[in-house]
Amino acid sequence: MYNYDNYDKQMLQERIVQFRDQTRRFQAGELSTEQFLPLRLQNGLYIQRLAPMLRVAIPYGCLSSRQLRKLASISRDYDKGYAHFSTRQNIQYNWPILEQVPDLLAELAEVEMHAIQTSGNCIRNTTTDQFAGVAVDEIEDSRPWCEIIRQWSSFHPEFAYLPRKFKIAVCGTPNDQAATQVHDIGLYIKKDDKGEIGFQVLVGGGLGRTPVIGATICEFLPWQHLLTYLDAIMRVYNRFGRRDNKYKARIKILVKEIGAEAFREKVEAEWLHDKDGSATLTQDEVERCKGFFTDPDYQELDNTNQAIEGAAASDLLFSHWLERNVAPHKKSGYRIVNLCLKETGVAPGDITDTQMEFVADLADKYSFGEVRVTHEQNLVLTDVRLQDLYVVYKALKTESLATPYLGLINDIVCCPGGDFCSLANAKSIPIAESIQRRFEDFDVQKNIGDITLNISGCMNACGHHHVGNIGILGVDKKGAEFYQVTLGGSSDRETSLGKVLGPSFAQAEMPDVMEKIINVYLENRQDNENFLATYNRIGMEPYKEKVYANAD
Amino acid sequence: MPTLIKDGQVVDNPWCLLEKGVDLNAALSDKAEQIVVPFALWQDHKDSLMESSKKIAVWLDSEDDPYELANDVIDLPLICLNFPVFRDGRAFSAAVILRERLNYQGEIRAIGDVLRDQLFYMKKCGMDSFDLADGVNVENALNAFNDFSTSYMSTVEEPLPLFRRR
Ligand code: HEM
Ligand code: SF4
Repeated sequence: MYNYDNYDKQMLQERIVQFRDQTRRFQAGELSTEQFLPLRLQNGLYIQRLAPMLRVAIPYGCLSSRQLRKLASISRDYDKGYAHFSTRQNIQYNWPILEQVPDLLAELAEVEMHAIQTSGNCIRNTTTDQFAGVAVDEIEDSRPWCEIIRQWSSFHPEFAYLPRKFKIAVCGTPNDQAATQVHDIGLYIKKDDKGEIGFQVLVGGGLGRTPVIGATICEFLPWQHLLTYLDAIMRVYNRFGRRDNKYKARIKILVKEIGAEAFREKVEAEWLHDKDGSATLTQDEVERCKGFFTDPDYQELDNTNQAIEGAAASDLLFSHWLERNVAPHKKSGYRIVNLCLKETGVAPGDITDTQMEFVADLADKYSFGEVRVTHEQNLVLTDVRLQDLYVVYKALKTESLATPYLGLINDIVCCPGGDFCSLANAKSIPIAESIQRRFEDFDVQKNIGDITLNISGCMNACGHHHVGNIGILGVDKKGAEFYQVTLGGSSDRETSLGKVLGPSFAQAEMPDVMEKIINVYLENRQDNENFLATYNRIGMEPYKEKVYANAD
Repeated sequence: MPTLIKDGQVVDNPWCLLEKGVDLNAALSDKAEQIVVPFALWQDHKDSLMESSKKIAVWLDSEDDPYELANDVIDLPLICLNFPVFRDGRAFSAAVILRERLNYQGEIRAIGDVLRDQLFYMKKCGMDSFDLADGVNVENALNAFNDFSTSYMSTVEEPLPLFRRR
């Protein structure tokens, strides 16, 4: 994990003092609501349906057990004893009180955490693959690069008042788990034939009301130039991004309007000036940052374990969990353990204070004190010994954290929707629950196999519905809550945007609709085809026919 | 009464800013000796303006392209950058371009909706005088430049990024 030095600590303290004063001036009437708005947003504070909402940054999804304990105690002391992991590797508190926010931020700072630039029209928290550093097939650990970007983007004076928010994702694995292509900037780490690191740079991806897959503007940017190139992209966007219409203000619209090639030319022209300048990265700095992300003290262990195999043979649920929630690790004798926060009846991504503390304890005991947060709203223990898996599993079970369906239909990604969010057209959490109830039987889920189901309560797409194999979008139909379904989305290396199935449905119809869609897949799949592959082969028509069969 | 801050203190403003749409005659017959003309007038009548006895400066609105001043920076003692509204961040980039690309050495002034909470970033980007919007508490504004003790990234004010200083 990155450790703050005195510079980091001081800037964080200064930020807290600054925001305390801003809050004071707002309450004293010296700042208007309009003037205070971007200031509070850049400190993570939204005013929502029921109360303010505070979004805390979890830089590139990495948490120490100590930080997780702090998040737990904050949820108890300042909130209602739970919090929500979002699709941006952040955590949100739904019920803090404005006056207490500066104190809350001071508590976060004790564990080197903050809510800086988690909302507002600035560069947001950089996200990455949750398996960074432990994935078997990794090209390069993305965390040091994310940290370099975090520092560059924090309090960047030129880019704090962009046309719109700005999200950067970095991916160092061939298997993209970071939805890289639907970010304003997506960076794929690559190695050239000499083994030198570089970045494939994509720009203009995004979801929201106009979903777009990013376009590559640089196939291989040598690492030294990362920050100067980012500066150039940001400057072009800051100057030419539209400011006349909030819905056309994202970089994706600029890239679409002028074309990726013209955008690239503008960036290159701008970059010429900065290239090789003082912001060029040094080997020393990269080494310094890499030094924070070295391997923990792994033991030399066998990659098979009879006791675990025995336990799997006699405990069916454990074997399901092993199969679904446990992933291979780069180090022999270790495994990556995924905690699925999708217990039926609990809002996807929600976690209680006691669960957080429990996970922190487990991390200390079994995973070198570290936890990762995923954009699928789950948690990860990255370094668990194979021999400990059964103990860890049984422990997780006691806190309802061992649901064995990672990547199955009930591992639903879902935004807070109408229950919490004032922008919502419709509720999303109850839809997730009704679908989970329909597919409750684990054998049914297992038979369906790998699938992603994403729900957003409005077209802002916080639940990533465009890139779910099945996407559900809450819409407003003459004041009533309806749901539109899309099929065929994906956020992996072969990113695709889902297509609309047809007219939307009432809430009560949704479980039936889902079942029909799944049945079309089951009837048509060949060999080991997963849901997406079958859809890509047979197209939309069979699903349409089945779902709307009785409509007329 | 508008307040101008420069070098950490309140100073008099000898410059008179002319609004958009002013024509050459009106500009030249303005009673002020030091005028800040809108970018369009400068572009159309640069020579006549320079030949006049007045001291001439230019102000850019947020959509104006600072690169178009490439050949002129040497002649201008002052360039003003307008914030039509404080959250329009284009002037931050304009200042960086003037300083770093065009190597402009004169004064860059923030004008328009210039509020306390953006001053620190303005200064980092190379602006060095600030024409505060009405109602901004001056005392408080003077403190803004100390909001942070340093910055991570390369800025106009401190070109060496923190990673080269740490
Ligand atoms: C409850 C308060 C929230 C508000 C007011 C809010 C607001 C918004 C808005 C307005 C957009 C669209 C931006 C645009 O298209 O320019 C958006 C997009 C998004 N939000 Fe939220 N959101 C909230 C909560 C969340 C949560 C809880 C998550 C994670 C579960 C989240 C993750 C995202 C993501 C991933 C996007 C899509 C990014 C893109 O367009 O590329 N947001 N949000
Ligand atoms: S998708 Fe819409 S309803 Fe859901 S959290 Fe985002 S803004 Fe709110």
